[in-house]
Amino acid sequence: MSSTTFTVDDLRRLLREGAGADEGIDLDGDILDQDFAALGYDSLALLETGARILREYQVRLDDSVIASARTPRELVDAVNATAPTTSV
Amino acid sequence: MSRSVMITGLGVAAPNGLGTQDYWTATREGRSGLGRVTRFDPSPYPATLAGEVPGFDARSHLPGRLIPQTDHMTRLALVAADWALADAGIKPGDLGEYDMGVITASSSGGFEFGQRELQNLWSKGGEYVSAYQSFAWFYAVNSGQISIQHGLRGPSGVLVADQAGGLDAVAQARRQIRKGTPLILTGGMDASICPWGWVALLAGRGLSTSADPAAAYLPFDARAHGYVPGEGGTILVLEDADAAHRRGADCYGEVAGYAATFDPRPGSGRPPGLERAIRLALADAGLDAPSVDVVFADAAAVPELDRIEAAAISAVFGPRGVPVTAPKTMTGRLNSGGGPLDLAAALLSIRDGVLPPTVGVDPAEDYRLDLVTGEPRPARVRAALVLARGHGGFNSAMVVRAPR
Repeated sequence: MSSTTFTVDDLRRLLREGAGADEGIDLDGDILDQDFAALGYDSLALLETGARILREYQVRLDDSVIASARTPRELVDAVNATAPTTSV
Repeated sequence: MSRSVMITGLGVAAPNGLGTQDYWTATREGRSGLGRVTRFDPSPYPATLAGEVPGFDARSHLPGRLIPQTDHMTRLALVAADWALADAGIKPGDLGEYDMGVITASSSGGFEFGQRELQNLWSKGGEYVSAYQSFAWFYAVNSGQISIQHGLRGPSGVLVADQAGGLDAVAQARRQIRKGTPLILTGGMDASICPWGWVALLAGRGLSTSADPAAAYLPFDARAHGYVPGEGGTILVLEDADAAHRRGADCYGEVAGYAATFDPRPGSGRPPGLERAIRLALADAGLDAPSVDVVFADAAAVPELDRIEAAAISAVFGPRGVPVTAPKTMTGRLNSGGGPLDLAAALLSIRDGVLPPTVGVDPAEDYRLDLVTGEPRPARVRAALVLARGHGGFNSAMVVRAPR
């Protein structure tokens, strides 16, 4: 079981570090239900974010799960629904 | 009759000046951008000098989203492309997306980015490699990112021919315009001043090992002993002449002639290909030798290569028959960016009626070249020849002509 919950703030940080953020996008606003595309993130940005989730939170998401997450809420839920792996 | 193709915009990033104005001011004044490498510690290597682009802060020029996915050379290329389009007066939506393409040259790809990610791979594991490594180190990445940034979906690609490739890309852009695309962004931008790029350059055996920036890169000088590499280049806007005139664009000049040749294999006894490239480019431009007002030399600063270039120029133009200059003595050799930067210098020479100097060089008498040294030389320039050679036998020659 995961001892800590993965939050949208964790996701915000990983998105910024891994894929950057455009000046015209308010990433600190209410983004939970916005489409990743509208936030400026494509499939590659989400794959990079998935790699960072694995490195930092030991949660390995299948590529198909990452690709099907349309919004931050869906991705955060997927992380919290997945048991951490024992090794990276 | 083939359509005329004009240059209507320039975006320059050079070691002696960021932006066309800074570059041209420094170049006219003979100010060099060569110095000790600062992008990494060069002390373990035999060569320690380079030309690095000064004062470039990518974050102040580019959207934040592009920073994690781009190598240094791509950031320079994106900014130079923005400047070139603005210089040409082209705004998004002015042309259809399939009416504009992007064809750049590259000679190494995104080496600094690639080195970092390969180090992550072997030191930490595959999970630590950036997803953007999938394209950020490719030869074609500058063309691709410029295409995405500006929505250019016309004919696009990349040419790879070391230092000669920058002229080859401009020629390919002209070819696509003649086939019907109104506008192509072209040129070249390289920046591989990182340990991986450095050992690759060292393996090519042409690097100067001098530690004195004023005495390290001396083409056509009896002291010549290799070159200093640099980063940067130029992005140019090429347009169909009729289309450019219809929209009232200011033109720097015309891409009037071009040719590329390849050297014969060593030991064949056949002559090098550079002279033939010059003659073919002049023929393509419909110009005779006396019509050329200046030659921007490849200037390898490797004695055998200097001898070949001086002989080719003398054979076509006669001994001391045409002014020759090498402003790249102030920037170093920029790989794929070198030819396009010399095109920019040639076009600005046409505009301002002045030939920029070759700095630091005491020309060897036996080359019989009229080398522009010391001071810029006032001259009426109607046509300029730019030469570029690439490692392994590439020779390219391009003629630019004053707008009519």
